[in-house]
Amino acid sequence: MIPEIGHFALILALSLAICQGVLPLIGAHQGDSSLMAVARPAANGQFVFVAIAFGCLAWSFVQSDFSVLYVANHSQLALPTVYKISAVWGAHEGSLLLWVLLLAGWTVLVGRYSSELPEAFSARVVAVLGLLSCGFLLFTLLTSNPFERLIPAPADGADLNPLLQDPGLAIHPPLLYVGYVGFSVAFAFAIAAMISGNLDQKWARWTRPWTTYAWLFLTMGIALGSWWAYYELGWGGWWFWDPVENASFMPWLAGTALIHSLAVTEKRGLFKSWTLLLAITAFSLSLLGTFLVRSGILISVHAFAVDPERGLFILAFLGIVIGGALALYAWRAPGLDSEAGFHATSRETFLLLNNVLLIIATALILGGTLAPLLVELFTGAKISVGPPYFEIAFAIPMLPLVLLMGVGMHSAWRSQDMGPLMRRLKVPAIIALVLGIAIPIVIYGSGSVLLVIGVIAAVWIMAVSMIQPVRSWRRAPGTPAITRSVLGMSIAHFGVGIFVLGVAIVSAFSVEADRSLVAGDQVSVAGYEFELRSLQNVQGPNYRAIEGEVDIRKNGEFVSQLRPQKRTYLVQQSPMTEAGIDAGWNRDLFVALGDPLGNNAWSVRIQYKPLIRLIWLGAFIMALGGMVAASDRRYRLTAKAKQPATELSGEPA
Amino acid sequence: MKPRQQRMLAVGLAAAGIAIATALALRAFEENMMFFVDISEVTEGNYPEDRNFRVGGLVVEGSVRREAGELEVNFDLTDLNSQLTVAYNGILPDLFREGQGIIAHGRLDDDGVFVADEVLAKHDENYMPPEVADSLAKHSAAQDAVIEAEEATQ
Repeated sequence: MIPEIGHFALILALSLAICQGVLPLIGAHQGDSSLMAVARPAANGQFVFVAIAFGCLAWSFVQSDFSVLYVANHSQLALPTVYKISAVWGAHEGSLLLWVLLLAGWTVLVGRYSSELPEAFSARVVAVLGLLSCGFLLFTLLTSNPFERLIPAPADGADLNPLLQDPGLAIHPPLLYVGYVGFSVAFAFAIAAMISGNLDQKWARWTRPWTTYAWLFLTMGIALGSWWAYYELGWGGWWFWDPVENASFMPWLAGTALIHSLAVTEKRGLFKSWTLLLAITAFSLSLLGTFLVRSGILISVHAFAVDPERGLFILAFLGIVIGGALALYAWRAPGLDSEAGFHATSRETFLLLNNVLLIIATALILGGTLAPLLVELFTGAKISVGPPYFEIAFAIPMLPLVLLMGVGMHSAWRSQDMGPLMRRLKVPAIIALVLGIAIPIVIYGSGSVLLVIGVIAAVWIMAVSMIQPVRSWRRAPGTPAITRSVLGMSIAHFGVGIFVLGVAIVSAFSVEADRSLVAGDQVSVAGYEFELRSLQNVQGPNYRAIEGEVDIRKNGEFVSQLRPQKRTYLVQQSPMTEAGIDAGWNRDLFVALGDPLGNNAWSVRIQYKPLIRLIWLGAFIMALGGMVAASDRRYRLTAKAKQPATELSGEPA
Repeated sequence: MKPRQQRMLAVGLAAAGIAIATALALRAFEENMMFFVDISEVTEGNYPEDRNFRVGGLVVEGSVRREAGELEVNFDLTDLNSQLTVAYNGILPDLFREGQGIIAHGRLDDDGVFVADEVLAKHDENYMPPEVADSLAKHSAAQDAVIEAEEATQ
């Protein structure tokens, strides 16, 4: 009964999404207020019904209703309750439902906080979101119904993929999806602006906070995914350039470009059509990411749905959305750009360079990701593109980007005289040069050219990012304080510096050793002595495991004890490596059990990872910066001004 | 700056940047792409020399051998038509087992042994890497055809 209610709620949600997508558009075109007023209640209703459907699926999981096919395939009785809930989005059907739920949630928020916008404009925004929702609901109902029954029901389920039974993966997909789906708001704003043919600086001011929020959630989602891959996939890498990772990273890069381009559009009214194109691109890449993951067309551990019918549907949907948006763009964008100018050295120029470099990075990653597909299509040869390609392709545009970032963020709009700016940036530049050479050599004892450049870049960004906050902190009484926008930018850029430092040091000084050990063996890695004291059998709720007990000492002094496990999950009989990690701010020590090698020996992977935590810390600082920037007063003022208006327009005819 | 100059600057910068980036990226791409080669092709001598490539197939039952207590491992890989011995010095992935479809990266040494620097098995019991599935299908079909032809001539 519960699953049928969920299924029925989805159908009702689709009906409301159609109303939400069609009627306000007609209303906005004809200037009919009553039709436009359908937008918000339809969106709210759609959200309620999708939430009911989502709740029904979650309930089926908690109740272990194995007569629901999706539940039977992805849960089992002994699964801990928290993973029964996260199993809802543990595979294709449920994660799609989560996508629809989040889309409906964003739409409700947009409806709630857009009453200050012109009536026709906000109606169009909500309608575009409704049309997107129609697509996803149709996809769910026609190809991926999570409520499909399995009669007769099995006595127990097939269990959730053991890799997904982890707190990191319980929250990684929702965060990532909030970000992915959030770009649909920027997309809807762009489409609405193109339909109305009116794009002014106010438009950019409305769009900016939404885009920043989407971006910061995507940032956190990607960082969490990377962290999860590090400790759960078992082998200590933090980024694999896997197609699915690239699928989440490309919208992030395009979204980052969009945030910066929106800044120019808001402050100076420039780059309008470029900003529109980026808004379309960021969302299209989110959709493409979904297509890449869900169609199973690219080889990846994530591609759990190898189903051409679904792939075809998404491809068609992708074609309609991207094709439609680009056609609209070709038709309307040429009339939008203004004729204001700027000097060759100005913040506009640096932001333009930022955009060019970010888009080059996106294009190179897209190329590498799609190359196997294209080569096979045209020549029949099967190729794969190794991570070194992506590392080089990414570093090419990123190096100039991080170096220019420091200059750009201190340049004035319109025109910047470079002389005074260079004098102002002399101190951070010297600090960066000195520390960039000193840190690798003094602390880690060596340094290649590439490493030194990386550390210089990292220190440089951190130093220049502190100029404005420090100056504001030491300012004379009466002078204006730093705005949240500038503070947020400084924090986010500081986070980039932390991230770059982490990447540079980890890449240069990680130590990795695969050894064959028997209980009692000792091995020395990166100045730490690792002793495998014992191996014993342990029992978990739905797995059994061999657990190693590893003592770590440095110069004879006890540092930590790790208990890496080799688990076998009982239902799927699948083995899983659970690494033992001693985390510290300056280094991680990592031990993972491999296989029994005979004669009581086990293969053991031991790793030393200096400053690896900075990679995720840097990403979270970036997200924090986004949060601070999006809470700037000028956005809040508009939010406050519209609160009473919401009460009025909340009750439409 | 006037709008026209502005646009020319933008276009110029973009073009120069893209040209440099493309040149460097293409080089990196050329160096880091790996061809997937069927095992039958490898045993016939058709494989890229002096660079890494990928092979994939089923791990032959009973073929995994190692000196007790040593990391170094050897196993045979088959596409149901030919066999190739793979040598690997490292930790095999969790889902590596006999009968399972796997992929290895590496190159062929002078003795015809494929020295792998990476062995991949997917995190799904029933999942067969698509290249391996194709390769198996191709060669088992070819074998069937040979058998049929032989039967027909008898």
